[in-house]
Amino acid sequence: MVAIPSKHKSLTLLAVVLLAQLLLLAVQIKRDSHGRLIRVWAITAVSPFERSGAWGFDRVRGVWRHYFALQSTSRENEALRVENDALKLAIAQLQGKAAEGDRLAELLNFRNSHKDVPMVGARVIGASAGTASRTVEIDRGDRDGIRRDMPVITPDGAVGKVIEVYRDNAQVLLLTDKDGGAGALLIESRIQSPVVGTGEPLLSMKYVANDDKVNVGEQVVTSGMDKIFPRDIPVGIVQEIKPGVPFKTILLRPAAKLNRLEAVIVLLSQQPLEFPKDANAPSSGSSSSPAPAADPSAPKSPAPVKP
Amino acid sequence: MNDTYELRSGDTHIEVHKFFPGAVAGVAIITLILQASFPVYLPKLDILDLPLLITIYFGLSRRNPSTGLLLGMVIGLAQDALSGPTVPLGFYGIAKTIIGFLASSIGARLDTEHPAARFSLTVAFFVLHHAILVLTRRVLMAQPEPWFNMHLAIAAAANAVLGTFLYIALDRLRRQ
Repeated sequence: MVAIPSKHKSLTLLAVVLLAQLLLLAVQIKRDSHGRLIRVWAITAVSPFERSGAWGFDRVRGVWRHYFALQSTSRENEALRVENDALKLAIAQLQGKAAEGDRLAELLNFRNSHKDVPMVGARVIGASAGTASRTVEIDRGDRDGIRRDMPVITPDGAVGKVIEVYRDNAQVLLLTDKDGGAGALLIESRIQSPVVGTGEPLLSMKYVANDDKVNVGEQVVTSGMDKIFPRDIPVGIVQEIKPGVPFKTILLRPAAKLNRLEAVIVLLSQQPLEFPKDANAPSSGSSSSPAPAADPSAPKSPAPVKP
Repeated sequence: MNDTYELRSGDTHIEVHKFFPGAVAGVAIITLILQASFPVYLPKLDILDLPLLITIYFGLSRRNPSTGLLLGMVIGLAQDALSGPTVPLGFYGIAKTIIGFLASSIGARLDTEHPAARFSLTVAFFVLHHAILVLTRRVLMAQPEPWFNMHLAIAAAANAVLGTFLYIALDRLRRQ
């Protein structure tokens, strides 16, 4: 046993007595949220060791798992890769469905804003098999009141006209087809002239004299003179102007996204439509229509059909 | 057995006093009873701390740090026990243990028989005792308590005055 020097005995006794009374106090004092003080002290004293132990254990376990116990890692990696591919595919499908929902909602909104105009929403289910023609097939036909030469549009602008009608579907000739076209007018100069397809993504405006003033970026809408399209439906934007003999060569970028058609509207009459003011502004790839309440079933739902 | 003997420290000669048997225990018990009775009959006298005064007195007289701190501990714990459930055991015990130890240590080095020295030491010990109590309340019990106010100053002076006369009375219990 260690002997305590006599001159330190009283100090040692003081320390022991004080410590004993401190512990006695700690047993009795109860902090509101932490319980008895002795428990707080005990936990405070022990927790650094526990924390150190847990840290050390985690390190050892981490080293073991990441450097030694790797037997199943390759298998897990392969399974995760397969799962990742499946998830990517699912995400792509969901994104496609979401985009389709947006487009259908856009059509529904357009239809709701023109309730007095008889029209039918349709889904594009096919396209022309070759590059010689630019047509699409829609899932509405004779039973839905579709007839030849009915105009086909989207909320962005004119698409084309119905050229063949079957019982449950129909074919639409796009404006960009070499045989496609529409009566049109320049919205600022009010010059009327037909717009025809070129077989290319751009449209061509015919018979505009060199003397007539036309600006790049000017909007072109339907004139209604072709007896197919109602007037004032956006057709396109002037993109390029070249002087020619005897008429100018004017190329238009279509207002409707003709290379990305998935849902269209078939107008059952020539009743004029009102488009939003900026509907035929230069396309930025996004819809100019106000955001509607989404209803993916819109094109399939019964539409007002002209008797 | 000698009633008194001298403690030699360098050139100083300090007497260590002995008391009649049972005197320390009897005084301590009476003091504790009185202390417990003051608040009932004489509320204004609650500024007096008789257990502290006898802890200081016996510490200064007996001049043995070990017995001084043990006496302080016993008196303090007894005071805790008599103070009701709101005062935890050890609250006064710790303070009076330290005071007992310091009083004994100082008594072993200085001549504390003069009334002026006793008065001064009582004031100092009273303030230190209060400081230990406040520290305990603040740190351990998480209760707010002022370090110093006028009440403390008055209480220190009152206890020192009483202590000076009380010590003279208690000197009669010493063996001659």
